[in-house]
Amino acid sequence: MSEKNRSKGLFEFANPSRVERILSRYPDKRSATLPLLHLVQSQEGYITPVAIEVIAQLVDVHPSEIMDTLSFYTLFSTEPKGKYLLQVCQTLSCSLNGADELADHVCRKLDIQPGETTEDGKFTLMKAECLGSCDTAPVILINSDYHERLTAEKLDKLLDSLP
Amino acid sequence: MRQSDNSPMFNPVLTRFMHLDNSHTLNVYRSVGGYAALEKVLKTKTPGDVIEEIKASNLRGRGGAGFPTGIKWEFVPKDPLKPKYLISNADESEPGTFKDRLILNKAPHMMLEGMIIASYAIDCHQAFIYIREEFYQEYKTLENMVKEVYHANLLGHNILASNYQLDVVIHRGAGAYICGEETALLDSLEGRRGWPRFRPPYPAIEGYLKCPTVVQNVETLACLPEIMNRGADWFKSIGPEKGPGPKLFCLSGHINNPGVYEAPMGIPLTELIYNYGEGIRNKRKLKAVLPGGVSSVVLTADEVEGLNMDFDSLAAKRTILGSAGIIVMDDTVDMVNACLNIARFFAHESCGQCTPCREGTVWLVKILTRLIHKEGRRRDIDLLLDITENIGGLSDLSKGSFGKTICPFGEAVAWPVRSFVEKFEEEFFACISDNKTIYKAAVIS
Repeated sequence: MSEKNRSKGLFEFANPSRVERILSRYPDKRSATLPLLHLVQSQEGYITPVAIEVIAQLVDVHPSEIMDTLSFYTLFSTEPKGKYLLQVCQTLSCSLNGADELADHVCRKLDIQPGETTEDGKFTLMKAECLGSCDTAPVILINSDYHERLTAEKLDKLLDSLP
Repeated sequence: MRQSDNSPMFNPVLTRFMHLDNSHTLNVYRSVGGYAALEKVLKTKTPGDVIEEIKASNLRGRGGAGFPTGIKWEFVPKDPLKPKYLISNADESEPGTFKDRLILNKAPHMMLEGMIIASYAIDCHQAFIYIREEFYQEYKTLENMVKEVYHANLLGHNILASNYQLDVVIHRGAGAYICGEETALLDSLEGRRGWPRFRPPYPAIEGYLKCPTVVQNVETLACLPEIMNRGADWFKSIGPEKGPGPKLFCLSGHINNPGVYEAPMGIPLTELIYNYGEGIRNKRKLKAVLPGGVSSVVLTADEVEGLNMDFDSLAAKRTILGSAGIIVMDDTVDMVNACLNIARFFAHESCGQCTPCREGTVWLVKILTRLIHKEGRRRDIDLLLDITENIGGLSDLSKGSFGKTICPFGEAVAWPVRSFVEKFEEEFFACISDNKTIYKAAVIS
């Protein structure tokens, strides 16, 4: 459904009652912007141009204002991402525990640079800033799961096991 | 989460039941006395009583700034016409900090009970939890918790048969360190880019949707139930009287036993590193410590000796307790490289609103990159100090200089970078290549 719509340049929320629920939670419409963007991204995988217009209408602002907001946040994307988004933490505690070498290892293994997606569309690699799990450094976030105290070997095993 | 046997006088407060299975559930929280404080507050205290008690406890915010909580609440106008808002700041992003995540995972009800108590005190009926997007499991835990709590009449109308009403909404961020700064958080909650606001007006006067808003860190909120249960005097008896209480300390970096430790405010830093954290990894020597996340002034191994971990002791050493994210570095660390790592973090996370910060952080990265490649120029060291001065305006900390940017991010960059350069000067000088050609500007004729 969403694939078909997307190819026609259309966008529809899969669950309109969720949209209503989100809007009803806030004392003003515009505050629903981030939750609606999250909803679009979880449904479509990224924020499509038409979805931006739909959200703008819902929260009663110009589409450029939605674009202004979403472009600020690292985790909103206007381009499709791989099936698995790898966020490799680079900040100090992880770096002190081998995160730089780990990031290089992932780049070599997947043959991509940070910001890129593998040709088969399976992995997108991002360098991340502090993920808030410094006691288990080095840390990689794969989609919404933390993988902690990683070594190159453990990470290889993990990536190979992902369907 | 671990507790030390080394402080027999101190009984854990915030972590006291985190070892229990399902400590995140309502049942377990109630079995350890959870929501008794709320019941007591709603049945026997006026909002004014609560503010007085919290003021008397000298509780100071655990998010980084250390502002007295009760005084913040007192700023909220009593104007009944404007709605008031309370926000739990769960956007924990300061590098080296992971204590709020522990509370969200293991004891979210303790935070929520604190939220309800705080909301009651400031006459607020709509509260938010702003949680960073990366904390997805914690977000799910919070969602379940809120559902459970509405069902148990601890949220919604007539909470615990009082006339008090409160709703709580969970709001997810989308990857922006700056949104942990309270005014940036407000803009983000309003659906805009997370750009800090000028103060005054302070959020307690004019915050979310221009209404009075109190923003509190997760750990600060989690302290409230026990203060109301055991009283301000009990709280004040733990650690230094001017900034007391149980405190969660985060240990990471080159340490044998990294983790979150609960200890009384004012515990010696060496006790945290050598007893709780079991010392430096691989039997190496301690070189440096960042005591309050990467936004703090770095301490040398000598400075760590005899230093107590509380707001005022650290301020006296011209650094900060911040978020109590203690990052330990051993003698293998290249300080220029570590400094570059910190500068890169800030360059990436600068919101871009103020020129000194947006441009300055990028220049810092550029110069430090040159230095780690041993291609530094002679005046690079002065240039680094000059840039930190331009971003943070720090030439004389004793005069209480307060930055050149809208929010404290400016100082947060300047403090660590300047202190790395000043305290480990010889490592920076060793990166200067004397053979480097000095390019002269082309003469335009």
